[in-house]
Amino acid sequence: MLSIKNLHASIEGTPILQGINLEVKAGEIHAIMGPNGSGKSTLASVLAGREEYEVTEGEVFFKGKNLLELSPEDRAREGVFLAFQYPIEIPGVSSTNFLRTAVNQVREYRGQEPLDAVKFLSLMKEKMKLVEIDQKLLSRSLNEGFSGGEKKRNEIFQMAILEPTLAILDETDSGLDIDALKVVSNGVNQLKSKDNATIVVTHYQRLLDYIVPDFVHVLYQGRIVKSGTKELALELEEKGYDWIKEEVAGHTV
Amino acid sequence: MTTTTKHSDSLTSTLLEAYKDIQFTLAASSLRNEGRDLLQRIGLPANKEEEYKFTPISKKIEGTITRFSHAIPSENVDQKTVDENLIPGLDCHLLVFNNGKLERNLSNFDTSVLSLISFADLLEGKMEEQVGKIAKANKDPFVALNQVAFQEGTWLEVAAKTVLEKPVYILQLIQATQEGETVHPRSYIQVGKNAKVTFIENVVSLDDSPYFLNGVTEINVGENSQVDFYRVQDESKAALEVNNTEINVPRDATFNSAVISLQGKMIRNNLSINLLDSNSLGNMYGIYMLNGQTHVDNHTNVDHTMPHAESNELYKGILADHSRGVFNGKIFVRQDAQKTNAFQQNNNILLSEDAVVNTKPQLEIWADDVKCSHGCTTGQLDEEALFYLRSRGISKENSRGMLLYAFAGEVLEKINNENFRDYCIGLIQQRLGTHYA
Ligand SMILES: Nc1ncnc2c1ncn2[C@@H]1O[C@H](COP(=O)(O)OP(=O)(O)OP(=O)(O)O)[C@@H](O)[C@H]1O
Ligand SMILES: [Mg+2]
Repeated sequence: MLSIKNLHASIEGTPILQGINLEVKAGEIHAIMGPNGSGKSTLASVLAGREEYEVTEGEVFFKGKNLLELSPEDRAREGVFLAFQYPIEIPGVSSTNFLRTAVNQVREYRGQEPLDAVKFLSLMKEKMKLVEIDQKLLSRSLNEGFSGGEKKRNEIFQMAILEPTLAILDETDSGLDIDALKVVSNGVNQLKSKDNATIVVTHYQRLLDYIVPDFVHVLYQGRIVKSGTKELALELEEKGYDWIKEEVAGHTV
Repeated sequence: MTTTTKHSDSLTSTLLEAYKDIQFTLAASSLRNEGRDLLQRIGLPANKEEEYKFTPISKKIEGTITRFSHAIPSENVDQKTVDENLIPGLDCHLLVFNNGKLERNLSNFDTSVLSLISFADLLEGKMEEQVGKIAKANKDPFVALNQVAFQEGTWLEVAAKTVLEKPVYILQLIQATQEGETVHPRSYIQVGKNAKVTFIENVVSLDDSPYFLNGVTEINVGENSQVDFYRVQDESKAALEVNNTEINVPRDATFNSAVISLQGKMIRNNLSINLLDSNSLGNMYGIYMLNGQTHVDNHTNVDHTMPHAESNELYKGILADHSRGVFNGKIFVRQDAQKTNAFQQNNNILLSEDAVVNTKPQLEIWADDVKCSHGCTTGQLDEEALFYLRSRGISKENSRGMLLYAFAGEVLEKINNENFRDYCIGLIQQRLGTHYA
């Protein structure tokens, strides 16, 4: 489904990603871990199409299409969804109008009929239940005045509405209490199917108790320096990143 | 000391010459003479003159208008023209002006609640006592010019304790000849005590002929009354306009203004509110959403004279292409005006590298116990917000539209009349190419 080969990207001339290779197949869950500043969010942003990042080398194919040639909106319409690490507040833009516009533009791209107000409302209701998000939040401007946890929940709510084939969750668990974590994970698991895939970026093994990954990768200095199964996450939880950093240093010496 | 101001001498004398034969009643003669004297002395603003530094309107007039005669009422104005320019769903008292002249047959208003009197028919003394006493000719040369040149003069009166459910819709239809002509509307609005009324003025260009519209509106609000005054400027690309609007707001009274400027060649709005007594409230809101070469200048002035009065001001600009916006907001707090609350905000988004905004707050505060704040910002569209919306599958154009609409929305929501608000939303969405709200 997603194939990343030797991806290099830089921002304002500073190279951040320095040769990422990653294959994600339908039905899989991949966890990406790694120390602060290693490039996890950069990778997520490059996949979602953020224009500030310049891809200097490598390629990314998604469902057979060259992802890097698509606009951010077309990537979303093709089924890529990024749950932001820091969702921003957009005053004056109503959550409902925003979501309805998004759903219908995605549907139009896929050759589907637009949802009328009634159908859209029932879709909203169904998904609101799934992530246990309060109706009151959605009557406000997009993310305006939301708590950190509410913003994260809203990201998963949007994901539930848009039903992506590839969801990238950038630290959606950070700042969530254990109850919220369960709700969010439960939402993600219910949306999971053999036809879609998930990449979860996280610092905490506790999330992976709920969203069980097929593979765990460690990103460090813009490269995936180690890959393994869910046991790797446990090992990292226990030992931290120093041993990996040493391994990397050993290689380069 | 004498300061030598270099003014637009030739334009001033051309204009004075053009209007020298205007008929006037005895009552108007003092206004005419005062205007003429002032113009002869000061003249119209010269290029780069402080008050008109960014808005060289005199030069534009000279370069565009070749006939300074009054545009005579257009023959093309009929019921269909009026119907095409009504505000959908708005049940109103309708006043139609054709190149500044009232079209009685096309107008439709209830004379039991709204009286309309031509200056010439005013009771003796009224004119001398009131007209020209709020918007004074010595404050702006274009007021002086209007005094020299206005033809009819419209006195509108709402009696005390009258609450007008339906707004008064003033439709200004303009159509000059191709050489360009002038229109100088003059009106005085008298509102009694404990009354409430909304005015909506819409200037409509019937074609692309150039014109110079130079209006003066004086509003005398009664005690404990509320007047809402809204204006739409979506004119032809050749329109030149100066507007002087000045309002007296007494004790316990409220004046709300909203100006929505969308198109013209060069438009200068001078809006002045005099808060004359305690518990008076003045609100000024505006949107200028410009493209092409349109130039809009909003000069506002609020004068706090007595304690415990409040003013709020919010103007927002969205500028594309080669457009230019000017905002100058003056807040004057006199020594007696303790406990004043005065807020002012001007925010601008530039959508093109060629668009320009000049914004300047001007605070003059002589009282010591006041709450006064002002702020202005000019920036680009928030790229991060744009990316957020696009990352959910919304096209770049629609995302932009959504953000700009949200930006303008803060002003739109200040418009109290729902039909008019919807009408403005429609105009703005049309400009943004988005229809989702
Ligand atoms: N505009 C920028 N200019 C230069 N460097 C930048 C810029 N934006 C981000 N970086 C750098 O890119 C590197 C990678 O950042 P990124 O946000 O991808 O890290 P991360 O792995 O997501 O970290 P965290 O775990 O803290 O979320 C960091 O060193 C960061 O400082
Ligand atoms: Mg990050």
